[in-house]
Amino acid sequence: MVNGSDLALEVELLEAEELNLVALVEAQTPGDTRLAMCIQCGTCGGSCPSGPDMDHTPRQIFAMLRAGFKDDVLRSNTPWYCVSCYLCTVRCPQEIRITDLMYTLKRMSVEAGLYEDSTAPDLSGTFVDYVERYGRSFEFGLATRHNLRHRPLSMPSMVPMGFGMLTKGRMDLTPHQIEGLDQLRSILRRAKELEAVQ
Amino acid sequence: MRYLFYPGCSMQRTARPYLDSLHAIQETLELELEEVHDWNCCGATEYMSIYRLPAFALIGRNLALAQQQANGSSTVMAACSACYLNLSKTDHYMREDSQLSQDVNTALQAGGLRYDPGTIAVRHLLDVILNDIGVERIRELVTRPLTGLRVAAYYGCMIVRPDLEHRWENPEYPTALEGLMTALGAEVVDFPLKTHCCGGHMTQISPETAYELIRRLVHGAALYEADVLVTVCPMCQLNLDAYQVEMNKHFKTDYEIPILFVTQLMGLAFGKDPDELGLGREFVDSGPALAKIGLAALDDEQAPPSPRKKRKKEEGLPMPPPMEGELR
Amino acid sequence: MSEKNARERIGVYVCHCGTNIAGVVDVKEVARWATERLANRGVVVARDDKFMCSSLGQELIESDIEKLGLTRVVVAACSPHLHEKTFRAACARAGLNPYLCEMASIREQVSWVTADKQVATQKAKAMISGAVERVHYHVPLEPLRVPINEATLVVGGGIAGIQAALEIANTGHPVYLVERDPSIGGHMAQFDKTFPTLDCAACILTPRMSEAGSHPNIHLLTWSEVEKVDGSVGSFSVAVRKKARYVNTDLCTGCGICVEKCPKKVIDSEFEVGIAYRKAVYTPFAQAVPRYPVVDDLNCIYFEKGTCKACEKFCPTNAIDFEQQDELITLEVGNIILATGFDLFDARRIPQYGYGRLANIFTSLEFERMCNAAGPTEGAIVLRDGRTAPRSVGIIHCVGSRDRNYNPYCSAICCMQSLKFAHLLHERTGAKVYNFYIDIRTPGKDFDEFYQRVLEEGTLFVRGKVAEVTDAARLLGEEGKLIIQVEDTLVGRQRRIPVDMVILSAGLEPRRDADEVARQFGISCSSAGWFTEKHPKLDPVSTMTEGLFVAGCASGPKDIPASVAQGSAAAARVISYIEQGELSLEPVRAFIEAAKCSGCRICNDLCPFNAITFDEQLVVSEITTALCQGCGTCVAACPAGAISGTGFSDEQVLAQIEGLLMLNVGDPTAFVGSHAELVEA
Repeated sequence: MVNGSDLALEVELLEAEELNLVALVEAQTPGDTRLAMCIQCGTCGGSCPSGPDMDHTPRQIFAMLRAGFKDDVLRSNTPWYCVSCYLCTVRCPQEIRITDLMYTLKRMSVEAGLYEDSTAPDLSGTFVDYVERYGRSFEFGLATRHNLRHRPLSMPSMVPMGFGMLTKGRMDLTPHQIEGLDQLRSILRRAKELEAVQ
Repeated sequence: MRYLFYPGCSMQRTARPYLDSLHAIQETLELELEEVHDWNCCGATEYMSIYRLPAFALIGRNLALAQQQANGSSTVMAACSACYLNLSKTDHYMREDSQLSQDVNTALQAGGLRYDPGTIAVRHLLDVILNDIGVERIRELVTRPLTGLRVAAYYGCMIVRPDLEHRWENPEYPTALEGLMTALGAEVVDFPLKTHCCGGHMTQISPETAYELIRRLVHGAALYEADVLVTVCPMCQLNLDAYQVEMNKHFKTDYEIPILFVTQLMGLAFGKDPDELGLGREFVDSGPALAKIGLAALDDEQAPPSPRKKRKKEEGLPMPPPMEGELR
Repeated sequence: MSEKNARERIGVYVCHCGTNIAGVVDVKEVARWATERLANRGVVVARDDKFMCSSLGQELIESDIEKLGLTRVVVAACSPHLHEKTFRAACARAGLNPYLCEMASIREQVSWVTADKQVATQKAKAMISGAVERVHYHVPLEPLRVPINEATLVVGGGIAGIQAALEIANTGHPVYLVERDPSIGGHMAQFDKTFPTLDCAACILTPRMSEAGSHPNIHLLTWSEVEKVDGSVGSFSVAVRKKARYVNTDLCTGCGICVEKCPKKVIDSEFEVGIAYRKAVYTPFAQAVPRYPVVDDLNCIYFEKGTCKACEKFCPTNAIDFEQQDELITLEVGNIILATGFDLFDARRIPQYGYGRLANIFTSLEFERMCNAAGPTEGAIVLRDGRTAPRSVGIIHCVGSRDRNYNPYCSAICCMQSLKFAHLLHERTGAKVYNFYIDIRTPGKDFDEFYQRVLEEGTLFVRGKVAEVTDAARLLGEEGKLIIQVEDTLVGRQRRIPVDMVILSAGLEPRRDADEVARQFGISCSSAGWFTEKHPKLDPVSTMTEGLFVAGCASGPKDIPASVAQGSAAAARVISYIEQGELSLEPVRAFIEAAKCSGCRICNDLCPFNAITFDEQLVVSEITTALCQGCGTCVAACPAGAISGTGFSDEQVLAQIEGLLMLNVGDPTAFVGSHAELVEA
C-alpha cells in the first residue's frame, strides 16, 4: 500500500529527473557553459550593474536552476535586467558563461510566458519585428511603439528628446530597407524551422 | 590599409556624427573602408533574447556577405561595440561548435549564402587604430594638439568583454585609449569606471536603473573634472549624451559633460573642421570644451574652472610600483 | 624462442584477490589452462590462491621454488606497483634471484576494466602466456649499490630548511645550508603572529635560526645560490656562487655602524615588501643570521658614481671590501633537500581590487610587516599615510586563489591568516572588521576554535567573493572611503560596504624561478609550478630523482606545522640513507653497449633525468646508472640499437608480444587476428 509521503517522494524524483533543468539550459547555450561548476561565490551578483534591481542575483538564478525551480527562474525579472555587459563572465572564477546563459533564460522566459513585467520581452519582440520587416532596426518606430504600449504617460516628457534627435539629424522618421530582404527572410525562416525541431 | 566596414544601424542615424567624423579622418589615417554590401542589422542585444539560431543566422548573413566580398581583405571592422561583439561572437562560436556552424550554414543556404567560420577577422575600430595604425603614427599626424583638454577615456563594456580573441592585455583596466588621447595632446584624467556599463537598452526597460548607471559615469567624469568624455560606441554616446539630460531631470542634478566620439577628437587634432566632424549635434554642448582648445568662442556666462581634484598622494608608506606597461 | 623452453622451470600463480579478480576472471580455469597448454613452454606448476600476497600465498611460492626447483616465477595478480616487491622478496627468501619473477597484472589490466567474463578470462590467459614467454629472457640481476656521502645540501633557509638542517646536523653529519637572501629565516621571519596559537613568529623562529647559525655541523652559506648540480644520489657535485657581500665576514662584528652611516635610502622591496626603506648597505632585519650586512651594489653610491664609501670610513674593524668578488665553490654531498618556499601572488594582476592604484589597499605580507613591532610602523595598524588608524577594515579572502583566471588551487593558509588579521585588528584597533569569504577553511588542530574566537570578537563575516574595490563613490557615506562591492550570498543582495582599509589575502605561488630550479636539480614541476613529490599521499617529501627531497611550501601551499613536519621527514629520509652508508637501487636501468655506439648523441638531450653524458675521448655516450630511472626513452631513440634496458630487452619484449598473441600455444580461441600463425611446439 502506497502512503502519501512515498507518493510525494516519487513525484519529486520524477520531476527532478524530467526537469534536469541544468542540462536543458546548457543545451541551448553555445559552447561549454560550465554551469555545473558554480561554487556560488557571488562574484557575478557582486559585479552586476543592474544587480540591485533584479528579483534574484545571477548567482541565485543558478542555484535555483540547479535545484530545478524552473518556474521561479522563468518568472524572475533577472534575465531581462541583464544588460549583456559580460562583467560577470570575465570575472567568474569558474569561467562560467553567465551572460550567454542569461540570453538562453530570456528565450526560455519568452517561450514560457511566465514573466510578470512584459516591458523587456516586448521591447525585444518589437525590435525583432522591425528587423524582420526591414532588415534594419528602426529607432523611431521602436521608441514610439514601445513607449505607447508601456509608458504612455511618460511620452509627453520624451518629446523634447525626440524632437532633439530629429533636429540634430540623429533620427529618421521612416525606416530603411535592405535590398536583400527576401534573402534575409528565407534565411530566418529556415533558421526558425531548424530551431523548432531542436 | 583596406578593411570591410560594417557600420551598423546606429551609425546611420543615431550616431551619425560617429560615421561622419570617421569618414572625415579616413584619408588622413590612410584607411580604405569598403562597406559590406547590403548588410543587415546585427540584432543588437534584442534578437538573441528571442531566438538563438535565427539570431546567429541574422548575424551570419553579414559575415557571409563579407566573405563573398572579401576581395583581398578578410577583416571586417565595426565601430559599434555591440555590432562588433555580435559579429565576433558568432564567428567564434561557429568555430568552436561545429553543430552551430552547420546549422547556421543550413539557414544561410536558404538564402544562397555560406560562411566558413574563421574566414573573417572581426575587429573594432579602436583596435584597428591602436594596433594597425599605431599611436606613434597618430602622434605624427596631429597638427592641432588638444592641449589643455581634459579627457575621460570611456571604453564601455562590449569592446573589452568578453574579449574572445584576446585583443586587450588588461580587459579590466585597459589604458590604450588613454595613450591615444595623450598622443592627441589631451590631458587624460583618472576615470576608474572606464569599462562600466552605460546601461544599454535599460533606458527603455527600467529608466531608473539606466539613469543611475548613467549618473555614475557622468559623475565620475565630473569628479575628476573632465572637460569631455570620449567614447567608442554609439549606444554609450546616446545614453551618456541624450539621456544625460533625462538623468539630470530625474536626479535633479546639473551635470554638463559633453560626450564625444574618439574619431571626433582625432579629427580635431588632425586639424579638421568641427562641422565636418558632426560636432554640435550633441545634446550636451561641446562648445565650452572646444573653446578650451580655441575652437569656439567661450560664452561670458561660463563659470570659471573649479579647483582641480586629484587622487590623493599620501605621505607615509611607499606605494607598490606600477606593473610593466601600466600607466599611472 | 624454442631453445629456451626446455631449460626453464616456471611456476605460475594465479591470484583470486578475493573477488576482485575471481569475480570476473575464471581463475581456476586459467590455472588449469596454464598447467595444460603452457606445459611445453616450461610451466611445471600452475596454482590459484585466494590471496597470493598473504603469507600463505608467498609460502606457496617459496615451497615450490625449493621443492620443484623452479627457475622462474610468474604471478598473475594485481599491479606490480603494489606487490612486485612482495613476490620478489618471497623468491629471494627461497634462494631464487628476485628479478627472475614477473608479474602479470590481471586485476588492473583485466578484471577491473573488462565487463565480459569470457573475454576477461581469455585476456588473463593471454597475459600469463606473455609473462611466461618473457620470463625466459630474464637474467639474474643485482641491485646497484651506491655509496652515500654523509654531507647533505639543504637549499633554502626558511623554517622547513632550518628544521631539516638541524635534524641532520644533530645526528653528527655535516649540512650545507644555502640561502640566497642575506639571512636565513624565510617568510616566517616577516610574520608578526602565527595562527592559531598567536605565537610571535620571530620569538619561535629566531632560536632555531641561532641554533642553525652556530651549529658546528651546519655550514651556513647565505647570500649564495646554487649554479649547477652534477652527479647522482650519494655523490652530488654542486657548484655554489657565494655572492659578494663586499663585507669581510672574518672581520665584521655586526655592529651596524655602516648601516647607520650609509646616506643612501632605498625602498626595501624584499623583506619589507615595499612598504619601508632600508639603506644601500643593510641587514634585512635585526635578528638576521648571520649578522653580517650586505652592500646592494645596484643602489650603492660608490658603485654608481665612485664616491661616498661612508661605510668603509666608519667601520671600526675595516671590514668593508669593495673589491670583494663572488666566490665559486663546489660542494660534495650525498643528498639534497629543496626547501625553497613560495612567492606571494601579485595582486596587481587583479585590477578591480585596486591594489597599487588606491592607497589603502594592502597585501597580506604588507599587513604582516605593519603589524610586526620591528616593522615600518612599529606595530601600529595605520593607513598608507603612516598616521591614521582605520575605523573599518575589509579583509578579502581568495585573492588570486580558487580562480581559474589566476590560480585554480586553494592556497591553504589564507583563511586562517585572514582570521588572524581580524583578531589582530580587534586587539589593536577599535575598527569594524569584515571578512569576505567563499568558504571558511579551518581544518587544522585548534583552527575552528580560532574561528569561534574571532566570531566572538565581533567580526562581521560576509559570504561573497568581492567583485570590486573602488573609490568611485555613489551613495551617501561613500565619499573618501574604499567601497567593497560584493554580493552577500547568504542574504542574497548586492552590497556596497565602505571601509577605510582593505587587506588582500593573496594566494601562494611557486617561486618565480621554480621552473629553472627544477631543471637545474633534475626534478619536475606540476602544472601549477610546484615541485612534484614522488607520491602525493604516501611519499610527500621524496621526488622521482633519488637523493633529492622537497620540504615545505616548495611542493605546495602549507602552514608552518606542515612545513616543519616535512623538514623533519626529509631529514629522516636522508639520515636513513647516510646510516645505511650505501643505497640499493633498482637495477632496471638502461645501459649503452659502447661497441655499438656511433657517438651520434641523439640520446643525450632526450634523457629527462640528465643521466646521459658524452665521453669526448672515446666518442661514445655513457649512462650514469644511478640517475637513470629506466624510462626507456633513449632505448627507443637509439638508431644503432646500442642501448638496452635491463628488464626491458628487445628479446624480452618481443617474446612477451608473441606470448600475448598466443602464438606459442596456437590457441584457436585466441582473440587476435586470423593471420596469427600457429606455432608448433
